Amino acid sequence: MALRRSENSLFYGVDRITVLTYGLLVFMGWLNIYAAVYNEEHQNIFDTSQKYGKQLIWIGGAVIIAFSILLIDAGFYTVFSYWFYGIVLLLCLLVPYLGREVKGSRSWFRFGDVGVQPAEFMKFATCLALAKFLSNENLVIISRYRLRFKDLLKNYKNTLIAVMFLVVPMLIIKVLQDETGLAIVFVALIIVLYREGLSINFLLFGLLAVVLFVLSLVVAKITTLIIVLAGITLVALLFIKRTMRNIVFAAIIFIGASGMVLGTKKMYEKLEPHQKVRIDVLLGIGEVDLKDEAYNVNQSKIAIGSGGFLGKGYLQGTQTKYNFVPEQDTDFIFCTVGEEWGFLGSAIVIFLELFLILRIIFLSERQRSAFSRIYGYGVAAVLFFHVCINIGMTIGLMPVIGIPLPFFSYGGSALWSFTILLFIFIKLDANRLLILR
Amino acid sequence: MNNNAHLGDRKFIIGGFFVLIVFVYICRLFYIQIIDESYKISAAQNAIEVRVDYPQRGVVYDRKGKYLVKNEPSYDLMVTPRLVKGCDTIALCQTLEMTKEEFLKRIKKACQAPNSPRKESIFEKQMTSQRYATLQEKMYLFKGFYVQTRSVRKYPKPIAAHLLGYVGEVNKAITEKDPYYKDGDYVGITGMERGYEEALRGLKGKRKILKDVYNKEVGSFMEGKWDTAAIAGKPLYSTIDIDLQEYGERLMKGKIGALVAIEPSTGEILAIISAPSYDPNLFVGVKERSKNYPVLNKDSTLPLFNRALQAMYPPGSTFKLIDALVGQDEGVISRGKTYYCSGGYGPMGNKPKCHGRHTLDLVNAIAQSCNAYFSYTFHDITSQNKFPKYVDGFNNWREKVMSFGPGTHLGTDLPYDKPGNVPSAAYYDKVFGKGRWFGNTIVSLGIGQAELTLVPLQMANVVATIANRGYYYVPHCVKGVSNAKTIDKKYREKHFVAVQKPEYYLNVIDGMQKAFEPGGTAYASRIPGITACGKTGTAENPHGKSHAVFMAFAPRENPKIVIAAIIENAGFGGTWTAPIVSLMIEKYLTGKITRIELEKRMEAVDLIRGKNLLTKEFH
Repeated sequence: MALRRSENSLFYGVDRITVLTYGLLVFMGWLNIYAAVYNEEHQNIFDTSQKYGKQLIWIGGAVIIAFSILLIDAGFYTVFSYWFYGIVLLLCLLVPYLGREVKGSRSWFRFGDVGVQPAEFMKFATCLALAKFLSNENLVIISRYRLRFKDLLKNYKNTLIAVMFLVVPMLIIKVLQDETGLAIVFVALIIVLYREGLSINFLLFGLLAVVLFVLSLVVAKITTLIIVLAGITLVALLFIKRTMRNIVFAAIIFIGASGMVLGTKKMYEKLEPHQKVRIDVLLGIGEVDLKDEAYNVNQSKIAIGSGGFLGKGYLQGTQTKYNFVPEQDTDFIFCTVGEEWGFLGSAIVIFLELFLILRIIFLSERQRSAFSRIYGYGVAAVLFFHVCINIGMTIGLMPVIGIPLPFFSYGGSALWSFTILLFIFIKLDANRLLILR
Repeated sequence: MNNNAHLGDRKFIIGGFFVLIVFVYICRLFYIQIIDESYKISAAQNAIEVRVDYPQRGVVYDRKGKYLVKNEPSYDLMVTPRLVKGCDTIALCQTLEMTKEEFLKRIKKACQAPNSPRKESIFEKQMTSQRYATLQEKMYLFKGFYVQTRSVRKYPKPIAAHLLGYVGEVNKAITEKDPYYKDGDYVGITGMERGYEEALRGLKGKRKILKDVYNKEVGSFMEGKWDTAAIAGKPLYSTIDIDLQEYGERLMKGKIGALVAIEPSTGEILAIISAPSYDPNLFVGVKERSKNYPVLNKDSTLPLFNRALQAMYPPGSTFKLIDALVGQDEGVISRGKTYYCSGGYGPMGNKPKCHGRHTLDLVNAIAQSCNAYFSYTFHDITSQNKFPKYVDGFNNWREKVMSFGPGTHLGTDLPYDKPGNVPSAAYYDKVFGKGRWFGNTIVSLGIGQAELTLVPLQMANVVATIANRGYYYVPHCVKGVSNAKTIDKKYREKHFVAVQKPEYYLNVIDGMQKAFEPGGTAYASRIPGITACGKTGTAENPHGKSHAVFMAFAPRENPKIVIAAIIENAGFGGTWTAPIVSLMIEKYLTGKITRIELEKRMEAVDLIRGKNLLTKEFH
């Protein structure tokens, strides 16, 4: 088709590959939701008393939202970034007081039969605000020059502000609404900071912290761990230049790591019982085999594992039909894929999600405007985090955190928020040729 | 933001990281879906049902190994409405003796929140074994139903209802707080059942049952690989002496009050009685409990109220023992110290009153329970010169008294104990005004009246402390859980009170021994062949006749048992309470009763019938 679209067309410059991948994922998602809640009595796909019927409505809404986003001038998102951020943040603050409690959760606004979680929309708002902040021409988030300790605060001021953009919504959602899953997502945006210049050391420290956390829970004798850490530090000192600065630096890392190791057990004891169990299940420690949580993850693994190479066939799953797997239409939707479509289907779904994410990175890198690029990385990071945690927990590689699989899981707020997140980027990308550097 | 060229390279690191994670996931999927066979299902078309296996609750033994609590099987009929298809409902209704309307109503209930058509819920609770037998024959007709075996409590002897407590179904508050509990589970509500819930409940198991298209069970899923066995609750080895408990309850029948017996050398509770009591078997099973609970709850004698732990009584004259100890410790009295009693406490116009005019030394003042003597003592303890402000003297007294237990939670292993009350300076400041109250204003505290209150368990603990000459173990009713037969360290630690000199205890104990001798307040209750030490008390009750208190321990050297008892509206402590306590001591130490006549008289007394009882004051 050599039909050249006019610059005024709604679809001018829209990346069709991304839209197509999106459409494919949403469609496959719906098929699997249908399978997950399928029963012989309700077979009409438009039955809105059933979740697949409701999801059709959500999808219809998502299409309208997508069109609306493309209709609006791209400049709108740039100019009003902070406004979006502020307004959604305000809603997140208010929802515990104004919203109605749904299943013990205080994060929902109810409009008749329909619930909306403002925290879901915090994702795109944060990405926008972060992009706006970091795209400032004159801003350096990290100085690459050698730092003196006393200049630390000055040099890292902008980094700190950027980090606050993530931490504030995180705290509000975690503390006021107690939605760990929704809150933890913002951690992913560290990737954006990294792309924009944050030293890799910070990511490595983060990784070190995770490794230490796991180790201090798995290793019974904390003293052994600290001795090993001291050993590593000493060996490291043999290989690096032993300037005063490096030695002090190594000492600080060692003390920090030891403190972390010592603190972990205490911190861990303070977690909610169910969170503790989830970590225990993942790490295979403690007497957890008989508890519900381990049982659920096991169920999930059985469902996926029983799929084999080609799966049992659409609607033929037994594990996902008999309510063994909890939340199988939302957070554990991947079980249905694994059981009914087998390894092949699972791999296709994962690759599709990966493809979409890599495509977004590719598109981001071709942006002339820093704002669009940074926003694009935000989208990629958020999507990746969801995919990584969601699929990871169904196959027992990640702790159970209730977050949805993008475009796949049942739920209006999630689908809409991902649609908004993605289509703002598509619009920005479509607009890239019109932006002058 | 300056887009340096080197930052552009970071896209490869980020992208590479994403690809790496996905690669790991794909490998993992490949492993669990293709290589690992354990996740495969053999018969994919079979339906699978998850059954919960309920463990038996732990049994409870008394200190000699006799059963206090046993279990009995009980059967619940469960239904999963979505699976009910072509079920012979007429046969089912007939078997259960139920109308069609009732049947439909219950199915509807099983479909509605919090139940769901996909989830099994209880259709008929706790069927008899006969009904279970008839039902079992026809079970194949009832698709969607199955019978779940559980166990209910059985009490071989109808005693110790308050101590043991009862089991009930969980409510929403519990299921939300602890994810272990699911709707329909049982949980200990009061008493030992609650205090030792975690040990007693055991661990629920889960079984997955394979069923064919005819709803017939064809075996377990994957040879039970994912099943977990129910683990039975741990047995409790109680410190209770079942015979003593039973005997005590017999004697306390027809009275309102409480009695607590403790072995002082260990802090083990030998008997703990709240009267009137009820047969714990009345609370077994949902039907029985819902029938009997309202009746007992409405009873004006409050049989459900655990007086031994929760009724806060003024200790009356028994409190003089603490006065005597603290007074000696503060140096305001000694063995030889005498006071003249003019028929009451002179400085306040012979109030509080006393029963005679005499001059008594410490030992005789205890034996004869002289009010004046201990009013002087209290006044002198709190008004010493070393305390420039009266309130300091008062606080010093209060602190020492509280070290014996009053006004604190002792930390016993039974739930819901009350702390009693030792009024604080702040309280008197409020009543009389700051700095406007002195030793004489509140002198009735010295004889255990006014705002001072103790629960019976604390009274027993005070005697135990005296019997031990200065320390106590936290009273507890379990000495071993499961086969380990060990208990929490906190029950094996000595708690030393504020008074420690052995001679102070000796003087008090001499006085207590004299109470059982001619002229003493408990002479009528002396036990042949046993040197017991005791103290009577009459706790004034503004609403009616005084409460009778008695506390004692025996034998004098190496005491084996201490008992504190209170009987409401029974007047003087020596009349009813002391004989009952003395009988129990005799029974426990010698295993038999020589004073048959006394025993008969005590058993026959009914202080409840025909009395206008005002017991609500203790709530």
